[in-house]
Amino acid sequence: MSDSSTHEFGSSRVKRGLAEMLKGGVIMDVVTAEQARIAEDAGAVAVMALERVPADIRSQGGVARMSDPDLIEAIIAEVSIPVMAKARIGHFVEAQVLQALNVDYIDESEVLSPADYVNHIDKWDFTVPFVCGATNLGEALRRINEGAAMIRSKGEAGTGDVSEATKHIRTIKAEIARLTSLSKDELYVAAKDLQAPYDLVVEVAETGKLPVVLFTAGGVATPADAAMMMQLGADGVFVGSGIFKSGNPAQRAAAVVKATTFYDDPAVIAEVSRGLGEAMVGINVADLAAPHRLAERGW
Amino acid sequence: MAGSSQGDPVAAHGPVGVLALQGDFREHVSVLRGLGADVVTVRRPEEARSISGLVIPGGESSVMDKLSRSFGVAEALQERIAEGMPVYGTCAGLIMIADRILDGIRGQQSLGGLDVAVRRNAFGSQTDSFEADLDVPALGDPPMHAVFIRAPVVAELGPEATALASLADGTVVAVEQGNLLGTSFHPEMTGDHRFHQYFLDKVAARS
Repeated sequence: MSDSSTHEFGSSRVKRGLAEMLKGGVIMDVVTAEQARIAEDAGAVAVMALERVPADIRSQGGVARMSDPDLIEAIIAEVSIPVMAKARIGHFVEAQVLQALNVDYIDESEVLSPADYVNHIDKWDFTVPFVCGATNLGEALRRINEGAAMIRSKGEAGTGDVSEATKHIRTIKAEIARLTSLSKDELYVAAKDLQAPYDLVVEVAETGKLPVVLFTAGGVATPADAAMMMQLGADGVFVGSGIFKSGNPAQRAAAVVKATTFYDDPAVIAEVSRGLGEAMVGINVADLAAPHRLAERGW
Repeated sequence: MAGSSQGDPVAAHGPVGVLALQGDFREHVSVLRGLGADVVTVRRPEEARSISGLVIPGGESSVMDKLSRSFGVAEALQERIAEGMPVYGTCAGLIMIADRILDGIRGQQSLGGLDVAVRRNAFGSQTDSFEADLDVPALGDPPMHAVFIRAPVVAELGPEATALASLADGTVVAVEQGNLLGTSFHPEMTGDHRFHQYFLDKVAARS
């Protein structure tokens, strides 16, 4: 029999489960309720509510923080797909506030200014699930050990340059593949080298995949970019500045959604890529001085 | 992939399909293969015509609706449902086979077939998602451990449909009507595959 007293809320299965349901989908950054509406209409599987997209954070500078609760609530009121919001790395009180606002997922994100240069948030303490960025397998497993229910490869947000996203998803996939080829007695050193918990390393070596869903993010700007990430083994994609910094956001958003589903069909990708207008202008990651690379935040 | 059964109006002997536009379709493929079924993924109309049964996975129903209409698979599936092809929908899949959607996004449609009204996100936000044990008399003992993730519920049950399971407060969360089967929750996540077997039995009964 079931009654609400026997309902279990906030379990790992429930937290990781929502990410499972987002697979094959596109999560879009939005800064207004109107953009959230456009994203939902275009087929976004979830939206990320934030005050400034990464491209603007980059160009305007200053400390980037959690968004105004009024903005997050306006976006939650506007759409019925899941709403995510960003907290600063290590800022557990921003995360408490976001949970109180009933967001569906919290992104502990390097795109905002870090609040703690040593510790990340203890994510097990929360009912709401967390997604965290990672540039390699060790970083992903450290985040999962802290309670992350979903991982996104970081890429370099706000650039429109997909090369870092490519590097990070390839790195994570290659490191997973390597673990599966090691013998049992080599996994101790592998865990040490990855700076990751031994039990999680053994689990990845046995299953050949992360224990949580792996999306990719950072610099995805075109339907072909999204399809490439899917072909490289991502479970889905985040598109940040790429949509609302482009010439025709509604059409580009719908095109990226279709290319993500038909990622292995070049004819569909060609068809949806026609006449999209200007992509976001973009910055080559190689032109960014090291202090301005967001992917290097996180420890 | 569609083979010689392509274009056959009633492909009762074909593989079973899993709608693979978005969501946790790989988990359903894996469960069905584990039960011995021949399984294909379905994204296009010709694939919809070659299958003997369909599972619609969990995911975002509004996205599946849009993509299924853009690529013509919705129309093909509606024809198959009208012919009596067995379909099992979990969560978003239940929304897809409901005749009426409450709290859908603007312009959201469904394939239809089940004489029910389904309410999207009926429990609230993700922090209201939960796990619970559920009695399902049609499947016998033990109770099924059910995972509800931003889950829909059956808000109105038409005369053609039968409730298979309810929460303690009477909320209907599993429903059957002829060859159509829907659950608010996700048996593909828990290792209890009795609903998938129940669906495969319906497919086998038609061939």
